[in-house]
Amino acid sequence: MATLNPRHEEGLFYALAVLGGAVSAIGLAAALYMEHSGHVVTGMNNQIVWGLPHVFAIFLIVAASGVLNVASIGSVFGKKPYKSRAPLSALLCIAMLTGGLTVIMLDLGRADRLMVAATHFNPTSVFGWNVILYPGMYAIVAVYLWTLMERRMNPYSKVAGLATFIWRILLTTGTGSIFAFLVARQAYGNAILPAMFIIMSFAWGLAVFMIVQKTMFGWNDMTLHAAIRGRMKNLLGTFVAAVFYFVATYHLTNIYFAKQTAFEEFILLSGGIFPVLFWVGYVLVGTVLPLLLIYVPDLNRLRGSVFAASTLVVIGAFCLLYVFIIGGQAFPLEIFPGYDVKSSFMDGAIDHYSPTLPEALLAFGGLGIAFTLTTVGVRVLRFLPQDDIAELEAAGSIVD
Amino acid sequence: MSQHQNPRRAFIAAAGASVAGLGFTAIAPGLHLMAVGEANAAPRPAGQAASPAIRWGLLIDANKCAPGCTKCIDACHEENGVSEQMPDPRQNSQWIRKIELVDRRNGKLTTLPMMCQHCAKPPCVDVCPTGASMKRADGIVLVDRHTCIGCRYCMMACPYKARSFVHAPLTEQTPGTPRGKGCVESCTLCVHRVDKGQQPACVEKCPEGAMTFGDLNDPESVISKRIASANTTQVRGELKLDLGVRYQGI
Amino acid sequence: MKLLRDQSAALRARLPLAYRDGMSRGALRGALHLGLLATLPRRVTDFVRLVAILFAAVTVSPAPTFAGEGGRTSKPVVSIENPGKCIAPAEEMRRNHMEMIKHQRDRTLRQGIRGEPASLNGCIDCHASKKTGSVLGQDGFCQSCHEYAAVKLDCFECHQPKSKFKPAAQAAATEMGRKP
Ligand code: SF4
Ligand code: SF4
Repeated sequence: MATLNPRHEEGLFYALAVLGGAVSAIGLAAALYMEHSGHVVTGMNNQIVWGLPHVFAIFLIVAASGVLNVASIGSVFGKKPYKSRAPLSALLCIAMLTGGLTVIMLDLGRADRLMVAATHFNPTSVFGWNVILYPGMYAIVAVYLWTLMERRMNPYSKVAGLATFIWRILLTTGTGSIFAFLVARQAYGNAILPAMFIIMSFAWGLAVFMIVQKTMFGWNDMTLHAAIRGRMKNLLGTFVAAVFYFVATYHLTNIYFAKQTAFEEFILLSGGIFPVLFWVGYVLVGTVLPLLLIYVPDLNRLRGSVFAASTLVVIGAFCLLYVFIIGGQAFPLEIFPGYDVKSSFMDGAIDHYSPTLPEALLAFGGLGIAFTLTTVGVRVLRFLPQDDIAELEAAGSIVD
Repeated sequence: MSQHQNPRRAFIAAAGASVAGLGFTAIAPGLHLMAVGEANAAPRPAGQAASPAIRWGLLIDANKCAPGCTKCIDACHEENGVSEQMPDPRQNSQWIRKIELVDRRNGKLTTLPMMCQHCAKPPCVDVCPTGASMKRADGIVLVDRHTCIGCRYCMMACPYKARSFVHAPLTEQTPGTPRGKGCVESCTLCVHRVDKGQQPACVEKCPEGAMTFGDLNDPESVISKRIASANTTQVRGELKLDLGVRYQGI
Repeated sequence: MKLLRDQSAALRARLPLAYRDGMSRGALRGALHLGLLATLPRRVTDFVRLVAILFAAVTVSPAPTFAGEGGRTSKPVVSIENPGKCIAPAEEMRRNHMEMIKHQRDRTLRQGIRGEPASLNGCIDCHASKKTGSVLGQDGFCQSCHEYAAVKLDCFECHQPKSKFKPAAQAAATEMGRKP
C-alpha cells in the first residue's frame, strides 16, 4: 500500500473525525426530538417496548466488554503479542461502552432523570446492578490503562488486568441476566443466557478489535505478522463456533419444551423477517462464511480474509440481536394456554415493528460516538500495537 | 357488601328487561353511588397509612362477563382520564382490556377484562432499577411517576402485559390521576377511590355484577367467601406470583 | 445568554448563605479531582477529559423548561385568588413549598396517607387563575414565578394544572351518560 502523504493523512483523519462527530450529533438531535415529542415518533409501542436503539446499545455494550479480552489474554495469561494490544483494547472498550450507554440513556422516557437513576437503587433489579457495574467498568479500565502506560505502575498491571477481567465477566453476566430474569416472555427467562452473552462478547469483541487493528495497520502502512494474524484468526474462529453452539443449544432446548415450540416455529420458520435474519443473517453470513474464511486454507491465505470474516461476524451479531430482542417481543405472550386469544391489545397476535427515522438515527448515533472516540483516542494516544517480532521469536511466543 | 349486591341485582333484573341501554346507564350512576356509600367501610381517616392487614383484591366472574360489552373499560378510562388516541393504536395506554378466549377443544367463547393483577410478588417491582414500581402495604401495585425513568423494563417483566408507556405529552389528566409522557403506568385499582372508601370504577360500572372488590385477608369479606366456596383461578398460576385478581369460569 | 446570566445572578443574590457555601465546597472538590488527574500521564488525562466532556455533553438534560418567549422575563405575577386560606405564612410557603409537597407526595403515594394539609391539588385549587382556571400560562401563579427564578417546573408533565378539571371526554361522557 502506498504511504499516505502526511498532509493527506491529516486531512483524512479530520474528515473521519468530523464524519463521526456528525453522525453522533445527528443521533443526539434525534434523541432530543424523541424526548420532546415522546416515543410516539418512534416505531416502538406497548407490545414491542424495546427497539432498534436497544439492539445497537446491547451490541455495543456486549462487544465493549468482549474487546477487553485481548488485554486480558495479555495481562492475565501473560501472552506477549496480546500485551502490546492491551491499551488499544482498553480504549475500544471505553469508546463502545460510552456509545452503548449513551443510546440506552437517551432512549429513556425520562432521560432528564439521570440523577434519579443514579440516586435511587433497587437491589433486586438487574438493571439496578448494571447501574453499579457500568461506572465501575469505566473506573477499572481507567486504572488498568494507567498501570499499562505509567512505567512506575507497570508491576500492578497484572493485578489490574485480572480485576478488569473479572469485572467484565460480571458486566456481561449482568447484561445477559437482564433477559434471563424475564420469566414473562417465551424468548427470555432462560438460564443459558448469561453464559451465551459472555461467549457472544468474546466473539464480537475480538471481531471489532480485528477490524480496528487492520484499519490502523493499513493506515500506517504496516502489515500484521503472519503468525500473530494466524493466531488471532484461529481464536476468532473458536469463539464464533462457540457462539453457534450456545445459540443452537438455546433453540434446541426451547424446541424440546412443549410450551415453547410455537415460539421457536415463529422465530425459525414462519415469522417473516425473523427467520430470514436468523438463517441468512446470523447463520450464513455471521457464522458459516466467517468460519470458511478462517479455516479453509485457500480462502484464509487471501488478503483481507480475516478482515472480511470479522466484518461478517459483526453483521451476524446485529442480525442475531435483532431476532432475539425484537423477535422475542413480537411473539405474543402466552397468557391463556389452550385458548385462541383476541383483544384490543395484540393478545394472541404477532406484532410488527418498523423502526422510524429518529430511533434509527439515535441507534447509529451510538455507533458514531464509539467511532469518534476511537478515532480521536487512537490519534491522541498513539495506541498502535507494536510487535517486536525479534523479541517475540526469541521468547518463543510465535512460531511460524 | 352483600347488601350492596342485592338491590343492584334486583334493579338490573327489573331494568334489563324493559329499559333501553342508554336510559339505563343514565340512571345507574346515581344508584351506584348510593349503593357504594352503604357498601363500603368508612374512608381511611386522614393521616393514617395503608394497612398491611388488608389485601385488596378483585374477583372476576367470566361467566357473567358479556361478550362485546366494554363498560368496565370505558369506566376505567373515564375515571382515570385515559382518553388520548395515538396515530398508532398500539401506543395507546391500556390499563384494562377485554380479552376474548375461544377454547381450542370445544370452541366455547369466554370474555373477561384483564388489568394489572396486583401480584403479591410482582416481577415489575423486582426489576425496576429505581424502585419506582412499588407495592403498597395493602397490596396495590403502583408506579411512582416521580422516580420512574421510563426504561420499560417492568413492561418486559410483567407476565400479563398490564403496563403501558405514555408515548406523547398529555393535557387531559384528571386531578385525581396524575399521569404523563415518558413514564410507565398501569391499573391503580382506583387507589384514589379505594382510599375514600369507594370501589374501583370498573367494579361499580359493570352492569352484570361480574366483579367483586374487597379484602382478601378478611375471611368474612364477600370476596373471600366466594373464593372459599367457588372454583377460582389465578392466571398463569404456575408463576406463583400470588395474584390479587382472581377469575371464575376459566 | 445575557438573560440567563442576569437570572442566575438574581437567583444567587437571593439564595441563603448555606447554598453559596455549598457551591464553593463543590468547586473545592472539583479542584481536588483535577489534582488527582494531574498525577496521570498527560496523554491519559487528555483522553479522560475528552471522554468526560463528550459524556457530559451527551447526557445534559434535554428536557424543555417553560422559558419565556420574548427576550425579557417579567416580574412574577403573584395574584392570590383566594387569600387567607393558605396552610402556612407566605414567607414559609415561598421558601419551603417544594419540600412540603415533596414529602407529602411520598407519604401519600408510598404509604397511602391521605388528607394532609399540603397537597398539590390544594395549591392548584386556591391559586388557579380565575381567568384561565390554571396555574400555568404567562400570568399563571406557578409558571410566572418559576420562570422568573429559572427553576424547572416539572409537576405539570403529569399533574393537571387546572382546578377542578374535567377532561373533555369525561365531561361529554357524564353529559350523555356514556363514553363517546
Ligand atoms: S400484573 Fe404486571 S404490572 Fe401488575 S403487579 Fe403483576 S407484574 Fe406488576
Ligand atoms: S419504566 Fe419506570 S416503573 Fe418501569 S422499571 Fe423503568 S423506572 Fe421502573
